[in-house]
Amino acid sequence: MSDRDCSTELREQIQTCYQHKTPLQIVAGGSKTFYGNPVSAEPLSVSAHRGIVHYEPTELVLTARCGTPLTEIEQTLAEQQQILGFEPPHFADSATLGGCIASGLSGPARPYRGAARDFVLGMQIINGKAEVLHFGGEVMKNVAGYDLARLLTGSLGTLGVILEVSLKVLPKSEVEQTVSFELSEPAAIQRVNELSAQAFPITAACYDGEQLYLRLSGNAAAVKSAHKQIGGNSVNNASMFWQNLCEHKHPFFQNPHPLWRLSLAAATPPLKFEGKQFIDWGGAQRWLVSEEEPKRIRRQLKELGGHATLFRHGGEQPVFQPLEGKLRELQMNLKLAFDPHCLFNPGRIYPDF
Amino acid sequence: MPFPSVQVVLAVQSGYHAAMNMYIDTLTKPTITRNDLVRALQSLLSRDAVLHTEEDTRPYECDGLSAYRQTPWVVALPQTVQEVQKILRYCHANAIPVIARGAGTGLSGGALPRDNCLVLSLAKFNRILDIDPLNRNARVQPGVRNLAISEAAKVHGLYYAPDPSSQIACTIGGNVAENSGGVHCLKYGLTVHNIQQLQIITMDGELLTIGGSGLDSPGYDLLALLTGSEGMLGIITEITVKLLPIPQRAQVLLAAFDDAGKAGEAVGAIISAGIIPAGLEMMDNLAIRAAEDFVKAGYPTEAAAILLCEMDGSNEEVSLDVMKVRQLLLECGATDVRTSTSEDERLQLWKGRKSAFPAVGRLSPDYYCMDGTIPRKQLPSVLQRISELSQEYGLAVANVFHAGDGNLHPLILYDANKPGELQRTEEFGGKILELCVEVGGTITGEHGVGIEKINQMCVQFQPLELEQFHRVKAAFDPEGLLNPGKAVPTLHRCAEFGAMHVHHGKLTHPELERF
Repeated sequence: MSDRDCSTELREQIQTCYQHKTPLQIVAGGSKTFYGNPVSAEPLSVSAHRGIVHYEPTELVLTARCGTPLTEIEQTLAEQQQILGFEPPHFADSATLGGCIASGLSGPARPYRGAARDFVLGMQIINGKAEVLHFGGEVMKNVAGYDLARLLTGSLGTLGVILEVSLKVLPKSEVEQTVSFELSEPAAIQRVNELSAQAFPITAACYDGEQLYLRLSGNAAAVKSAHKQIGGNSVNNASMFWQNLCEHKHPFFQNPHPLWRLSLAAATPPLKFEGKQFIDWGGAQRWLVSEEEPKRIRRQLKELGGHATLFRHGGEQPVFQPLEGKLRELQMNLKLAFDPHCLFNPGRIYPDF
Repeated sequence: MPFPSVQVVLAVQSGYHAAMNMYIDTLTKPTITRNDLVRALQSLLSRDAVLHTEEDTRPYECDGLSAYRQTPWVVALPQTVQEVQKILRYCHANAIPVIARGAGTGLSGGALPRDNCLVLSLAKFNRILDIDPLNRNARVQPGVRNLAISEAAKVHGLYYAPDPSSQIACTIGGNVAENSGGVHCLKYGLTVHNIQQLQIITMDGELLTIGGSGLDSPGYDLLALLTGSEGMLGIITEITVKLLPIPQRAQVLLAAFDDAGKAGEAVGAIISAGIIPAGLEMMDNLAIRAAEDFVKAGYPTEAAAILLCEMDGSNEEVSLDVMKVRQLLLECGATDVRTSTSEDERLQLWKGRKSAFPAVGRLSPDYYCMDGTIPRKQLPSVLQRISELSQEYGLAVANVFHAGDGNLHPLILYDANKPGELQRTEEFGGKILELCVEVGGTITGEHGVGIEKINQMCVQFQPLELEQFHRVKAAFDPEGLLNPGKAVPTLHRCAEFGAMHVHHGKLTHPELERF
C-alpha cells in the first residue's frame, strides 16, 4: 500500500454518521481489538490514511498518519539510530501508529524513559462533530491551549479519530546490557527500587518470580561501570527477552485464564492474590493471571491508590476500573465535549461512554 | 542576587494598562456585593485570612507581567482543603469569579485579577507533606517553592527535575498550572512528565484525586489535561511529584561562535550524534555582554553567540560525551571551547545564563520577555527576521534561547516613560510570536498564554479548535467562573483582533462576522 491522505474522505464519512447518529467502530490493523470492552458498531477503517509526513532526525520529531504501520516507523527511525522511547507493544505485525497512540500502551522502558503520552507533541483529529482539529505541534515545548493531544492518547478512540500524530523520538543507546539476580519477590522489589533511586542508566526492570532482570543502556563506558557497581549475571540474547515481555510472547502470558494489569506504586510489597504474577516497570506494573473475584482485585488496588485492568480473557467482565462520583461525571462531560452523539467506539472504555 | 522574576516586575513597572480593557467577554455579574463577599468569607475563614482593604489587596494587582494591573475585590488565604471547598461552594452559588494564585511569578498575567473577583491565594499551603525515597516521589502542597522540593529531597540523593529560572521563588502549584519548563527540559521533560498525582477541587467544591500511586490511571488522562490548564479547570490543593536520582557528575562546555547560524547548526550536530545534553542554551551578543557586565561569568564578549552545553550522568559517560561534544563544536566552527573543570566553574558559567534577564534589565529602563518555540532548524532565519523587525521598530532585542528544545526568549528593550513605546513593544512582540507560528512553532513554550498572549491564540488556532477548548473548559466549569477571560480567547475577541490585524494581506478569520 502506498502513502495516502484520506482525511477528506474520512471527514465526509463521519459527517454523514454525525447527521444520522450512526455509531462507528474505528479500525485499522486490528492488533489491539482485544483491548477494551467489545464494540458493536459500523466499522470505520482508517488503514488507508497512511505515510510518514515529516521526519527530521536532528529535531527528534516524527509526524505520521494514523494508518502508518508501526514497523515502518520503527524501521525508518532505526536507519537514523533513533527509537520510540516508550517501546510500544505491537501485539501483531499489522499494528499502526493510530492504534498505538489511541491505546496509549507502553513497553518495559516506560518508568525510565516515559509513556506514550509523554512523547506525543501534537495531533490532528476529527471530533464527533466531523471537525478536523489540530492541537500541539512539532516542537518540544508548547503550552498554548489545553494539552488535548495528550488527553486523546490512551482514550481508545472514544474522543475522536486520530488522523496524524507528532512524536518526540530518542537516539538509540550505544550499548545495552541486561543483568539478572536470583532473589525472592520482596527482596527483588526492594532491590530494584533502591537501584532506581541511584544514578544508574537503568532502562527496564522486571521480575519473573525467580530472577530480577535489569537493562542498562548508554555509552559503553557508562554501562560497563554501572554493571561493575551493580553486579549480577550477564544475560545473553536479552533484546529478545525484553521484546517477548513487551509483546506478551513470554511463556508467562501463554495462558487462557484472565490476565490482569495492576498499576500501583513501584515499591508496594508483594500482592497476595491467587494465581501467578510477573512484575514489570520496576514494580509499578504487575501482571496477574488469576481467577480471583474481580471485585476483590479492584478493591485492593483502589486501596493502594492504583487500579486494575482486565487486559485479556475477561469474558463479560468490564475491562477498566470503574469511575465514581464527580470524576465519572467530568469524564463523561469530556466525552460529550468531543463527541456529543457518542459516535466513536461506544462502550469500549466504559459502557455508557 | 535578585531572582529574575522580581527583576521583571521592577523592570516594567513604570507604565501599564488598565486590566479591564484586556477582558473582552460576557461574564455574568456576581449576584452579591463586595461587602456580602467579605462578610461571608470572614465567617468561613479566620479574620486575617480575608484581605479587602485597598492597602491589603494592592500587592495582588498583578503577577510577574506587571504591565497589566487590576486590584481584586477580595483576597482569601485559606489554610485547609475544607476552607477552599467552602469558599468555592460560596463563590459558585453567587457567580463570583475565582483566580488562583501562587507566588505571582508568572510571566503571562495568568493570575491577573478582575475587578469583581476573588483572588484565592494558596500561599498558606506551603508544607512538604511526605517524601518517599523508595518510590521516588514527594507529596507537597501547591504553595511549596520549586527549589524547596529539591533541597528537601537532597538527603535521599534525589531531586525534582524541572527548574524554571524563577525556581527559588515560584511555587509548584503555579508550575503545574503553567506546565513550567526550565533549562533541563530536553532530557528531563516539563512539569507534565514529572508529576504523578494531583488533588484538586472543582468550582462546585468537590475534592478529587487525579492520577494515582502508579504510573497511570483509568479513563482519560486528566493529569495531562490539568497540567498547563492555567487555573481554568480546578484548584490544585496537593501535588505528588516524581523525584530523580541526582546525577553522579555534571559538566558544562562553553563554545563561542562568530556567527549565530553556526551555533544553531552545532545544536543540530550534537543531537544528530545521539547525545541528549542535560542543558543546551544559546545567548546572542547583546545578552552575552549584558550577562558578563552583570555577573562576570567569564563569557567572550566579542562572540556573536555562545552555546552552553551541559552533560550529566556517570563519571565515565560524562567524560566521553564531553570529549565528543567538544570535537563537534570545533567542527561546527566554534572559535573557542572551554570545559568547566570544577563545580565552582560550572556554576559560574551557568550564573551568566541564569541571570540573563536581570542583566538585560540593567541595559534599559524596561524590557519585555517573549516565549515562542520554533523548530531548531529555523533559528537562523528567525533571528534574522527578529533583527529586521528590531530595526523597523527602533527597539533593541537581546536573545536568550533554550536551544535544545527550540524555546526562544527574545527580550525587547524599551522605555515605558516614552509615550507609545510600550504599545510599539507589544506590537513588535506580537509580530515575533506570529513569526514563530508561521515557521511551525508556537506562541508560548513555557510561560503560558494568560492574558498576555490571548490575541495570538487567534493566530495559533482556528475557530473550531478554540470552540473545542471552550467545550473542554465547560466540562469542568460550565459557568466559566475559574480564571475567566484567560488562556482561550472568545471568537468574538478573535474577530475584533483580526479586524485590527491583517495577517499577510488576509484576514485571519474571514468566515466570522466583523463587529
